[in-house]
Amino acid sequence: MAEGALAVGLGSYLTVSAILLVLGVFGIFLNRKNVIVILMSIELILLAVNINLVAFSAALGDMAGQVFAMFVLTVAAAEAAIGLAIVVVYFRNRGSIEVEDVTLMKG
Amino acid sequence: MIIHLFFWLFSAVLLGSATMVVTSRNPVHSVLFLILAFINASALFLIAGAEFLAMILVIVYVGAVAVLFLFVVMMLDVDFVALREGFQKYAPQGGIIGSVLFVELLSVLIGWQFAPDAPALRLSQMPGNVTNTRAIGDVLYTHYVFLFEMAGLILLVAMIGAIVLTHRQSTTARRQNISRQQQRQVSDTLEVLTLRSGAGVQELGIYRPKAAPVLLPAHEHDEGEH
Repeated sequence: MAEGALAVGLGSYLTVSAILLVLGVFGIFLNRKNVIVILMSIELILLAVNINLVAFSAALGDMAGQVFAMFVLTVAAAEAAIGLAIVVVYFRNRGSIEVEDVTLMKG
Repeated sequence: MIIHLFFWLFSAVLLGSATMVVTSRNPVHSVLFLILAFINASALFLIAGAEFLAMILVIVYVGAVAVLFLFVVMMLDVDFVALREGFQKYAPQGGIIGSVLFVELLSVLIGWQFAPDAPALRLSQMPGNVTNTRAIGDVLYTHYVFLFEMAGLILLVAMIGAIVLTHRQSTTARRQNISRQQQRQVSDTLEVLTLRSGAGVQELGIYRPKAAPVLLPAHEHDEGEH
């Protein structure tokens, strides 16, 4: 069924990207306190999504997947910039970047 | 066969560095491993034939996002040892959720297949004889031009948001105060004295000009600026 020229099987790409996504999710749970590493884990998850999009795009011979991967890249860059800005402001106000401290901000 | 060798080499380095990103003790090391992971992912993109995205990944992620992470990690004076306290506590539940997710993804990976009419449903078929960059440009600036402009707007909003969030008025910086500049009179600052020839500091003392009239509230009172 594969129409495009994907030198390596699509299954290999999907396996790698699945492992990468699981690693990203694992990182979010592991670094519960460090917001910066959580943001990096989100970048890993988005990278896994991009690998999936590019692999399917190459396997099907459809350019739309690569275009969409570019938009995912854009949103990921914007998200990183905003997230890090929030981290900087939060650190200025509280002197720490622990996620669990955020719950203390009620009221 | 050599392409398979390279694929698994890059994949192994990618997954290894991703593991180091989430488990590394020092966040600076995490950022550096993130850079390594992105470079290897861009090599995977190259193998898949997406040259433009591979280069964009290197430029945008390694050149901009990872450096931004590095900058923030080094700028914030965080006690990173304290941040790792719950590491052992959260590892089991993270492992459980991660393995559940992995098993689910694996079950999808084993059982999936293309729909029979998938080739007919392609939105923009890959042209055979042009470069990847040109193929992306052909569809990006025609079919997806509004999405492209929307992506630009998202970046603009992100830029403005980051500036608004992190910018703060510095108390030591001097800024132009236009209304105060406009309200200045010659008599406020300039005084003409008639002095005897040869009379200097010995006779007159140190002459101090009269205080300038305060035109604005006290907190914007900045002497000697103009």
